[in-house]
Amino acid sequence: MITRIMAIAATEFRIQTRNRWLASATVLMTLFALALTFAGSAPTGSLGVDLLTVSVASMTTLAVYLAPFLALMIAFDAIAGEAERGTLGLTLTYPLSRGEMLLGKFAAHLAVLAIAIALGLGSAGVAAWLAGGAGPASVQALARLIATAILLGACFLALGYVASALSGSGAGAAGLAVALWLVLVVLYDLGLLGALVMDAGGGFTKHVFPWLLALNPADAFRLWNVSAAQEVALVSGMAGAGEALPGWAAPLSLLLWPVLALALARTVFERVEP
Amino acid sequence: MTDRDTALAIAGLDKSFGRTQVLGGITLNVAPGERVALLGHNGAGKSTLIKMILGLIRPGAGSIRVAGNAPGSAAARAATAYLPEQVAFHRSLTGREQLTMFARLAGEHPKTVAPLLERVGLALAADGRIGTYSKGMRQRLGLAQALLGRRRVALLDEPTSGLDPISRHDLYAVIDEMAANGTALLIASHALTELEARTDRIAIMAKGRLVADDSLGNLARAAALPTRIRLTAREGAAEAVQAELGGRRVNGRAVELDCTTEQKMAQLARISGLGEAVRDVEMVPPSLEDLYRHYCGENRQ
Ligand SMILES: Nc1ncnc2c1ncn2[C@@H]1O[C@H](COP(=O)(O)OP(=O)(O)O)[C@@H](O)[C@H]1O
Ligand SMILES: [Mg+2]
Repeated sequence: MITRIMAIAATEFRIQTRNRWLASATVLMTLFALALTFAGSAPTGSLGVDLLTVSVASMTTLAVYLAPFLALMIAFDAIAGEAERGTLGLTLTYPLSRGEMLLGKFAAHLAVLAIAIALGLGSAGVAAWLAGGAGPASVQALARLIATAILLGACFLALGYVASALSGSGAGAAGLAVALWLVLVVLYDLGLLGALVMDAGGGFTKHVFPWLLALNPADAFRLWNVSAAQEVALVSGMAGAGEALPGWAAPLSLLLWPVLALALARTVFERVEP
Repeated sequence: MTDRDTALAIAGLDKSFGRTQVLGGITLNVAPGERVALLGHNGAGKSTLIKMILGLIRPGAGSIRVAGNAPGSAAARAATAYLPEQVAFHRSLTGREQLTMFARLAGEHPKTVAPLLERVGLALAADGRIGTYSKGMRQRLGLAQALLGRRRVALLDEPTSGLDPISRHDLYAVIDEMAANGTALLIASHALTELEARTDRIAIMAKGRLVADDSLGNLARAAALPTRIRLTAREGAAEAVQAELGGRRVNGRAVELDCTTEQKMAQLARISGLGEAVRDVEMVPPSLEDLYRHYCGENRQ
């Protein structure tokens, strides 16, 4: 089983490096992270925290949008694209289960994403450190940011496979992936915001809203990073929601999402007739 | 019959896509070492049948056993080689990388890859990107992956499409070698040529039904197709020749007659009786194409 998963993973990783996804994702991540770090360096003095702390706060916001986007871009083609190009049928006639194939691709795609995120956010972090100093707390926050951004990417990789297995064509899968991104990363928050305004500080705001936040992987990612680091919370002004929740809620959500989404992707993939 | 006798056993297979029935009541067995040509026009259902044997498409009704296993089970897949109709690979991989992946999936040592590439004539192109390969080269790579390991059943879907005549003969050398190793072969094709005729048995599908399943000799005998006699008459004598022998006028001077094997000598005697009126006689035995058309329910042209 491991041999077969590794065979798929090695092939997939090779394809991702050959079609330059690895390079593009890394460059994109690095450029955005650097830009945000230095654009956001103005308020440093006034808040009394080091530049790396500010940088981590801005990069958290960046990663909420960019990590899911990159993950979906890598993942949406995984099944639909192969079915369309006719490479899927032959591979599936080998003694390889669909779950193994999915795990192999997931391993390769996660490696690509992890490299892009670690290099991108890491280099911006190092630049902020060199330019404006860093304390042990902010270095820890950066490490947490990188690890959780990879987890967030893992969620959306798996969701991308679901979209890919549901669609008959690569174009359909791309459309579905964009819709997923819009709903989970943008519209969900807007909806919650609207509900908060309507509720005007009532029971919904106190008891339901924090859990709804934790339920969405993108918000769980934000919560985890913000509530874990006081200083980051201070900068991003998002401490309130995190305090209403037990500490395990956001991490649990972010850890469970990839597992459940992968299981769902496998179930949908089982039904695909190439 | 036991599983030892049939590497591939198909019984009463039905399949519909939505409301259209694509396969109906297909029963077909292939023994180890046997080569069976599966013939039929485009849309006859050959590829659908092969995909069902592979477990890629679920059957509507009926049963399939691959070396005694359910189609699509790990054991059945380990026992089956497949060459798809449209061979497609990842463009950005090299032939060697792609074949190595398949070797790993099949549980074969990557060491087996280089000799196989050589075997199908891709040794020189092995480290070039598949995106730069011609259709024939991709077909050869497809054949190479079908040769990985010793499989008990091989399903080749239109393996000669895209191959030049020399490659077609190479292909049949490979097919014979696989059969000699005990692999049961099912070879789909949309035409009956000398190559398909070299198989042990011919199964013909028309509109999702199996309309013939026998050796070429038996099929030819059962069809009892007439031999065609073509006469060229002397100038102005065509009319008289037709009046005497019957048959059809083809153009100004030729007359065509169809006759069975038994009638052949008697007809020739009558023709020579016409003496000077006939300038030339040509005998055209039924071709493989005629035989194929006969079983597909079409008339000879
Ligand atoms: N996935 C599908 N959905 C609907 N119809 C299909 C599908 N696959 C094949 N068919 C139809 O089934 C028939 C048989 O196709 P196929 O097995 O590819 O024929 P062949 O390989 O003999 O040319 C055709 O009429 C084709 O249009
Ligand atoms: Mg076909």
